[in-house]
Amino acid sequence: MTLLDFARGPAMFWAMTLMIIGIVWRLAGTVLLARRKDRSSPRGENRVAAGLRAVAMRSVPPHELEKSITFQHITGYAWHLGWFATFLFFAPHVPFLKSILGFGWPGLPNQAIVILAAITLAILLALLVRRMVHPVLKVISDFDDYLSSLVVCAPLVTGIVTYAHLFPDRHETMIALHILSVEALMVWLPLGKIFHCITALPLRFQIGATYARRGVKA
Amino acid sequence: MRDVLVGDYLRSRGVTRRGLLKFCAATASWMALPPTLAQEIAAALEKARRPSVIWLPFQECTGCTESITRADSPTLEGLIFEAISLDYQHTLQAAAGEAAEEARRNAMQENWGKYLLAVDGSIPLGNPGYSTIAGVSNVDLLREAAKGAAAIVAIGTCAAFGGIPGANPNPTGAVAVRDLIKDKPIINVSGCPPIPVVITGVLAQYLTFGKIPDLDALGRPRAFYGQTIHDRCYRRPFYERGQFAETFDDEGARKGWCLFKLGCKGPITYNACATIKWNAGTSFPIEAGHGCIGCAEPNFWDKGGFYDALSVSRWGTGSTLAAAAAAGAAVGVASAYLARRRQTRAKEETPR
Repeated sequence: MTLLDFARGPAMFWAMTLMIIGIVWRLAGTVLLARRKDRSSPRGENRVAAGLRAVAMRSVPPHELEKSITFQHITGYAWHLGWFATFLFFAPHVPFLKSILGFGWPGLPNQAIVILAAITLAILLALLVRRMVHPVLKVISDFDDYLSSLVVCAPLVTGIVTYAHLFPDRHETMIALHILSVEALMVWLPLGKIFHCITALPLRFQIGATYARRGVKA
Repeated sequence: MRDVLVGDYLRSRGVTRRGLLKFCAATASWMALPPTLAQEIAAALEKARRPSVIWLPFQECTGCTESITRADSPTLEGLIFEAISLDYQHTLQAAAGEAAEEARRNAMQENWGKYLLAVDGSIPLGNPGYSTIAGVSNVDLLREAAKGAAAIVAIGTCAAFGGIPGANPNPTGAVAVRDLIKDKPIINVSGCPPIPVVITGVLAQYLTFGKIPDLDALGRPRAFYGQTIHDRCYRRPFYERGQFAETFDDEGARKGWCLFKLGCKGPITYNACATIKWNAGTSFPIEAGHGCIGCAEPNFWDKGGFYDALSVSRWGTGSTLAAAAAAGAAVGVASAYLARRRQTRAKEETPR
């Protein structure tokens, strides 16, 4: 079995299985936790509307912090959008997603994706360096932050190297490493902080709805 | 006849010096050698003695023999192939039975240590009786013939990597030449079948320089297997622009767009199909509208569906994902239960 066969076969199967187990495990464990009984009568506005408003409001920087987090905010949005555009619209990715979802969509030209991926990677690396040198960030960063950064960057690095044919006589090995890097991300997804890709929006909704019941605008 | 020089033999077959030079220039070009070497190749070929070649066909379909002997016209490559002294090839030779085996034994004895051994087909290890020649198992025959060979040319993917007989579940225990022979230089000329001029090119280089060509990690001549089909494919610009045929009869297919989504394995297949092409340079599978199936690569038969895009991985099925979700839910419920118990205990232990 070649490395590519391993990456496309057993490794993908187990990565997918572990990711699903991990996601459902964490979601079920969180949802089923015991909660205090709320003995007060509900106050304030409609909880659904408040939840949706919290999702929207917490997706933009609060006015008080606007200036101090502008860099973080803009770069954060930029790399998330670039990463997901690369993942969703690079033409060879579409058949993979179609095999899982049952439907596909048109991809973007490779040149556009490569530019997006390169910009995304540059931002991610800049943010990683910032995390390592910033006096506050470096103190509050832990192993999870660095490993999460690594597994998010790795598919971009291996993808660009593969696309650029930097190792032309080992192209299949580069494809294998690219797939393995994605599988590492899949396995780490439910375990680390990147699990926020599943929980971020529901939690913002939950916060908004819970505070609304108490009559507080979140 | 074996003492006749290749040059004399070719002249006797009506090949002019100009014709030989044209072949040598083409060979130099295919093998990425400087054009100035064409003269040297021609000179060396003319002076070379016809080498003895013993060709052992094992578990094979004769497609490789069909490929190399395919004579759409009497080509120079064909003549070079004829110029070798093919002392044993039981599909092609007139002799049969004991006479054929006697010819092989004599050729081996007379050219011990100097003959080229060509092998097509894989070698079954599961049971010696699965494939025999004159009552001798393939593995015994290969080991015996390999002892006196100067080098071995494994022709076709079966001989090079096990090929279709070695495909899962490999009922005969088929293996490649390189799995059995470790002490001789082996040139793998893979493909199902391999391109005829790749075989003649390898032979010409061996005759000219007296050594085996530069090989890749899988033992294939880099000159022919140094780049992927995708790298040299004329449809590559469509791949770059994101223009793909989605079915074999859609607008994209009619416009000749990239066949990646229809399962083309060109990006991971190293061969010269896109440059040398087939049938006297007429076309190659992708030009005919079908994706590459990766036949020059090991285990090409077991790499998933021919019509699955390369990026489609074997992630399981809906039921395996449902089972994973059920397992995750069970673990989640258990962890929530334990967390609730801890919460309850903490509450009980907290002084009111």
